[in-house]
Amino acid sequence: MPNDRELDATNNTEAVLTDHYPGMAAIDETILNLETDAISPDGEVLKRPFGPLFWVAIGWVSLIILLAILANLLPLQNPNYGNYNILNAGPSLQHWLGTDDLGRDLFSRIVFGSRVSLVVGFGATFISIVAGGTLGLLSGYKGGALDSTMNAASFIILAFPAIIAVIALVAVWAPPNLWKITLILGVGTIPLMYRVIRATTLAFANRDFVVAAKTMGATTPRILFREILPNVVPIGVTFGLISVAGLIVLEGSLAFLGLSVPLPTPSWGNMIAEGSNNGLLSINPLIMMWPALSMFLLLLSINLIGDRLRQRLDVREGLL
Amino acid sequence: MLKYLGKRFFQLVVVAFVISVLVFLLVRILPGSPAQVILGSSYTKEAAAQLNAQLGLNHSLIIQYWDWILNIFHGNFGQSYINNETVAHELATGAPIDLELIILSQIVAFAVSIPLALTTSRRPNRWFDNVSTTGTFGMLALPPFVIAPIMVAIFAVNLKWFPATGEVPFTQAPLTNLHDFILPSLAITAGSIAVYYRLLRSDLIATLQEDFITMARSKGLSNRTIMLRHAFRPSTFSLMAAAGINIGGLLAGTFIVEYLFAIPGLGYTLVVAVNQRDYLVVQGITLVVALAYVVLQFIIDFLFTVVDPRVIRE
Amino acid sequence: MARNQERLTFPPLGQPGDPLLEVRDLHTSFRTTRGTVQAVDGVSLSVASGRTLGVVGESGSGKTVLSRSIMGLLPPRDVVRSGTVEFAGHDLTTLPPEQLRQVWGAELSMIFQDPMTALNPVKRIGVQITESIRLHQGLSKKDAMASAVALLHQVGIPSPEDRVRWYPFQLSGGMRQRVMIAIALACSPRLVMADEPTTGLDVTIQAQILDLLSSLQKERNMAMILVTHDLGVVANRADEIAVMYAGRIVERAPTKKLFANTHMPYTRALMDSIPRLSDPSGTRLTAIGGRPPDLINPPAGCRFAPRCSYAQDKCHQSEPPLRSTGEPGDHLFACWYPLSGSATVPVTLKEPPSAGSPTPSNPATPPKDPS
Repeated sequence: MPNDRELDATNNTEAVLTDHYPGMAAIDETILNLETDAISPDGEVLKRPFGPLFWVAIGWVSLIILLAILANLLPLQNPNYGNYNILNAGPSLQHWLGTDDLGRDLFSRIVFGSRVSLVVGFGATFISIVAGGTLGLLSGYKGGALDSTMNAASFIILAFPAIIAVIALVAVWAPPNLWKITLILGVGTIPLMYRVIRATTLAFANRDFVVAAKTMGATTPRILFREILPNVVPIGVTFGLISVAGLIVLEGSLAFLGLSVPLPTPSWGNMIAEGSNNGLLSINPLIMMWPALSMFLLLLSINLIGDRLRQRLDVREGLL
Repeated sequence: MLKYLGKRFFQLVVVAFVISVLVFLLVRILPGSPAQVILGSSYTKEAAAQLNAQLGLNHSLIIQYWDWILNIFHGNFGQSYINNETVAHELATGAPIDLELIILSQIVAFAVSIPLALTTSRRPNRWFDNVSTTGTFGMLALPPFVIAPIMVAIFAVNLKWFPATGEVPFTQAPLTNLHDFILPSLAITAGSIAVYYRLLRSDLIATLQEDFITMARSKGLSNRTIMLRHAFRPSTFSLMAAAGINIGGLLAGTFIVEYLFAIPGLGYTLVVAVNQRDYLVVQGITLVVALAYVVLQFIIDFLFTVVDPRVIRE
Repeated sequence: MARNQERLTFPPLGQPGDPLLEVRDLHTSFRTTRGTVQAVDGVSLSVASGRTLGVVGESGSGKTVLSRSIMGLLPPRDVVRSGTVEFAGHDLTTLPPEQLRQVWGAELSMIFQDPMTALNPVKRIGVQITESIRLHQGLSKKDAMASAVALLHQVGIPSPEDRVRWYPFQLSGGMRQRVMIAIALACSPRLVMADEPTTGLDVTIQAQILDLLSSLQKERNMAMILVTHDLGVVANRADEIAVMYAGRIVERAPTKKLFANTHMPYTRALMDSIPRLSDPSGTRLTAIGGRPPDLINPPAGCRFAPRCSYAQDKCHQSEPPLRSTGEPGDHLFACWYPLSGSATVPVTLKEPPSAGSPTPSNPATPPKDPS
């Protein structure tokens, strides 16, 4: 709750539409509250070690990224080549994860399918961080009419059912491909990223060290990049990881409905959809299980990394 | 109090208006016209013009918007271009499915996350807390399109405990209906549990550091009373805000399970309608969903004032 | 479990001066990531029925921990406590939690420093008062509310019938502290711990609150431990004063004696930092140089030695025990080279002592000297 008051105190430029709007303040607060759970019972910030799980997660994500990058160089079978002699085979030396109902190698499809999740997750997050972060920094620091307008706009866009807008946009810009999906999801995440960075900037814009820099005549870009940005980065990074996970889920949902990268290009979402269709679940549940498991482990790893990083970066914030 | 809520209400009306315009415009930018979809191979320019006149699509955008809104105020959402059902009918058949899914999944989510958070926040970082917190990490990594097929594979295909697909309306056979909705609801609930639990737990841990908790202990109150009467309420701010956003996302956002379990609620109807350029269906459902979202936020705002009387005083 | 549910019994309320609280050799330490903090290190003290003990020390001297440790309010996790706390016939350190809760609020209660944070912000003040009345006295909702109204009236809150429905944020700081006092006194406890009860308040309101506490204390024959950093606050309100430094009591004496014959340089330094009306205007107050020691690695020898202008080699090498002056009236001090003679009598002592004030011939029960 102190955050709420702190935000209110600095929010003298809120637009009519959103001024002291508690719902929105609470959202901002929720975002900032992501920072508060690493506190021990006696109020001390715990400096927890990353722990082995963190490194396992890092290792897993790195492995997947590496496989995705090197997929073309590796001696993998063509993910789209169906060998009709071995339909629905179980795992074997030739086919580590078995084959699907068309005789395609599941391991190869998983590896190539990971590209979709990774590109969309990281690419769209990158777009939203660069655009939303810049807008949020400027808006939070400058205040005034610019801030009011952008804040109100972001609020309205966030009130709009996001998934519907995304589905509509994907339909507009047919046929979908990897880059279009990435761009749509990236742009769609800008308002959220904007709010996160703006809230964080607001929390810092009136801190003593910023005021001090201002009084000493530092230029706006200097204050933004030297004083505020370093404090915003930890939250950008941790929220960025949350957003990577969220966007991978979103792409998976679209793919599941056939609204993402079209078949036969494999993606984990469309593999799960294929495997859950046509009674395949009872014949060969592995087709669905492998991508589901991959998705689960990837999301779990990203969330875990984000959480541990957050705990660690808090310590820095606590020292300020 | 009234003034505060009045102000919020006014803001929400403005937001609702802007959203209705956005919805209307969004549908217009979809490529491919209804005439193309309806006429199919018998498409000619003349036939299209005639159809557009018939559907009122030859008027300017402002007049189209005005007609649409005016009709809505008369309870008329228009008609599907594709199957001639009224949009009102689509809403009436779809909305109960969404509502039931959301209500069931949220009941489960709150029933699991709140007691769990109340238990673990008293002794953070002990084994039970660690197990619960790790468990919710797993839940966060199980979006509906991952967990639902797995549940179908295990419980419906292998164990045959539940029907894989289909539903009986609640009014016809309530128990069968609930039975049919268990798997879809559980598939949605995992993420909600994780989010609610984590937020409530961290807020409770912070609240339990407060002086007024020590004060409550110094009165001789039992731990149970302290958790429920003193710590819980001031710790629910983030939980409520998150619930508002989360439930808002579930409005028409449950299409994955609707599709997988063949229970076509608003979400699935909407996805189909977008693909078919069924303008009025898309517009109608999106508007209703967006308004529901706005009303939901209004309710959350109201709950804020109930939970913390300080909110009103600005 | 069942045997823990037994109701505790208490002896009838004693006469003023009868022994009530006896703390012996209390140690309290916190395990932190940096090491073990010895916040309270072998404190012994006693309070008699109806009397006031002032506990004085800088922030960080362990006085707040001491008051919470006596009550047993510190979270059991990461806190190690030894010693005994004998209160009205029960050792609070060995009572199971269920029975301790019968003591808290009913026989022993606490007034917190900052009423803004110690009152639950989202509960009406009436409910915050009645919950302990209903719990300990088993009154109905209606009777408890009537009793809350009466209490608010006693602590000087105007139109209490309406105020019971207010929230803390609607009250001024002084009013909030009055509400806190009402809560602490709701079940007529034998002993109240007041932890810096006036620190956050304006000077004029400070006096009002302290006077209110004294008069209520006299009415109810209630003992009080008044914890403060300000010797001026306790000078004419406490019967006895214990001065704490770095987790230990360094001087303890009946109030008059302490001011008349200060032995410990630290006590003297605290006195010198009280502003006096008799000083010519423009007189600088003497601040104590340096900071309280790190309680994880306290200095060897006397813990005050590094800041003490009288310190000699011996002070840095071995620790002075808390010893008696030998004269009647129980004056204890821990110093190798005690000062003698009286400090300049502070202005607060020039006023005639208030009615409930020290009667040195009838001192509180002396604790065992640890040395």
